[in-house]
Amino acid sequence: MNYSLIISVSKSLLIAKWKQTLIAAIGVMIAIAMFIALLSFMTGLNIMLDGLILNRTAHIRLFKEIKPNPVQPADNYFGSGHNFISSLKSNTARTEIYNNAAISKALQNDNRVAGSTERITTQAFISYGVIDINAVVNGIDVAKEAALFSFNDYIVKGNPADLNNIPNTIILGKALAERMTVNTGDVIQATSVAGIRYQLKVVGLFQSGINDFDKVQCYASIITTQKLLNKPENYITDIGVRLKDMSMAPAMAKEYMQIFETDAEDIQSANAQFETGSRVRSVISYSVGIVLLLVAGFGIYNILNMMIYEKMDSIAIMKATGFSARDVRWVFMGISMGIGIFGGIAGLIFGFVFSNVIDQIPFHTSALPTITTFPVNYDLRFYIIGISFSLITTYFAGWIPSRKAGKVDPVIIIRGK
Amino acid sequence: MESSKQNIILEAKNITKYFYDPVKVKVLNDISFAIKRSEFVSIIGKSGCGKSTLLYVLSTMDSDYEGDLFIDGENMRGRKEKFLANIRNEKIGFVFQFHYLLKEFNVLHNVMLPALKLNLKSKEAIELDALNKLDMLGIKNLAVKKPNQLSGGEKQRVAIARAMINDPLIIMCDEPTGNLDKKNSSIVFDIFKRLSTEQGQALLVVTHDPQFAEDTNRIIEMEDGRIIRQ
Ligand SMILES: Nc1ncnc2c1ncn2[C@@H]1O[C@H](COP(=O)(O)OP(=O)(O)OP(=O)(O)O)[C@@H](O)[C@H]1O
Ligand SMILES: [Mg+2]
Repeated sequence: MNYSLIISVSKSLLIAKWKQTLIAAIGVMIAIAMFIALLSFMTGLNIMLDGLILNRTAHIRLFKEIKPNPVQPADNYFGSGHNFISSLKSNTARTEIYNNAAISKALQNDNRVAGSTERITTQAFISYGVIDINAVVNGIDVAKEAALFSFNDYIVKGNPADLNNIPNTIILGKALAERMTVNTGDVIQATSVAGIRYQLKVVGLFQSGINDFDKVQCYASIITTQKLLNKPENYITDIGVRLKDMSMAPAMAKEYMQIFETDAEDIQSANAQFETGSRVRSVISYSVGIVLLLVAGFGIYNILNMMIYEKMDSIAIMKATGFSARDVRWVFMGISMGIGIFGGIAGLIFGFVFSNVIDQIPFHTSALPTITTFPVNYDLRFYIIGISFSLITTYFAGWIPSRKAGKVDPVIIIRGK
Repeated sequence: MESSKQNIILEAKNITKYFYDPVKVKVLNDISFAIKRSEFVSIIGKSGCGKSTLLYVLSTMDSDYEGDLFIDGENMRGRKEKFLANIRNEKIGFVFQFHYLLKEFNVLHNVMLPALKLNLKSKEAIELDALNKLDMLGIKNLAVKKPNQLSGGEKQRVAIARAMINDPLIIMCDEPTGNLDKKNSSIVFDIFKRLSTEQGQALLVVTHDPQFAEDTNRIIEMEDGRIIRQ
């Protein structure tokens, strides 16, 4: 088959009916552009919302749960079998992770792990003037938290590094600071559950985007927290692990639970609802995009059908002069695909432009301090899917009309004159 | 005997065709004849006697008939659509009763199209050929015009040039001079004559013009779907 001839004939027919083909191409263009803009925006939103939780949550958290000892003295005394013990109390004495240094070292050597950081979580009273508020103090290694869990992104005031550089300092949740009317530079008093008081200077404010969280959270260095609890230097209650591949978290959590003899919680079971949210948004965007393309496809189908009625004479002449049914079919497929290619490419360009426009729209929310405009995710994949979709739809939209054109009987047309 | 058989370009053997709508009618009744190289044959007959119908059958566009049709020694019956299309492209030139041009293309491109489809020569060579054919018909100056800018007679000559472009074995025409005045009609006649004598092409021309028919090598006269004289 002589493709260059087929293409040149398609082109001539396209140009001869340029108004109709333009309308069809605009249909495809709008569909593809909307598809790309929608997906870029929706996934941008997804990434942002997921980031709200996922980025700063450890993929696996190692800790020591407060619960009754699984091995009770009665078990040792009576041996195996079932022992019924009533009024069993939990053992609160030790919430720390023993030999955390060894665990940290083992994590460092595990090549599935991107990094891990040690933490202490404890309750404390924060007082300023006459106000006492119960809060959670997190002892953290600021540099590691920043590297692994984007800690610095959520600091709205002050310099997080001061936590390490200046002794006896604290970063307060913004909502907590507002409740107490504390600002950076002020000195508050923290009283631990161990009854120890410390004067701590506020060096920064923290805003996570979740107000309830910000009302109770504070951050201090690990040493400061240990002092507050009157604990030795190796006292750690949590280890946050960030994995290279988040999807491995549930399996690895089980594994760590056995090896390290601690509790381990993976991010999936801790935040199951987030996964569902993102999936629903993706499904919506894809369905809307596909519906738009279907509509455009029907537009092309209609226009091609009309065009075939108008081009009956031309089809008859082509067949009489030696074009086979297959040649004629491909001429019309060429028209359809031409609409798909040009509409698709224009759609890619406009999709990019639309995404850019969305990207410029100001979007301020107290929940997200680092976001100033609508989030847009520029992903090459959407553009590839978009152009493939446009080609596939126009291919199928052209299929039936092209077959019809191929079947035209020249004798009937010529007689009809 | 052998050589005369090789010279036969088109042969119809007992071709019979029916139309079923609205009632079964025998439009072609046991038509048999042969056309040799260089032969200039005309078909005459009253309106409605089946001349056009016969031409559609002979040109392979209509394959719904009984009997056998040989073109260049090959039987056309039961052949695939694509095979017949190639035969039309390469071996048959056709001029319709009503001139038919592609309105999306200019005159030159219309003439070139069958040759581009045949794809044996370069585009430049085809263009040169096409200009030559147009020149032969005295319409070279119209090459870049669109069909809708031409008169009826001019269109007819463009259609003839298109039928000539692939130097087919046989050119079939359905009243090619129907739209032409005396002068242009004789130009077309002279060209057909030259094609048959100089290039050895066969011509099969349906005409209502007795003068035109008289001057051809052979006249086939039809009546009610059969040949009454040849
Ligand atoms: N599709 C059809 N169905 C039924 N009858 C048909 C059909 N096409 C043509 N006919 C009839 O077949 C007969 C032959 O028609 P044809 O066109 O071959 O005549 P013709 O000899 O070319 O006439 P003219 O000189 O007027 O062109 C006519 O009587 C016509 O009415
Ligand atoms: Mg006729």
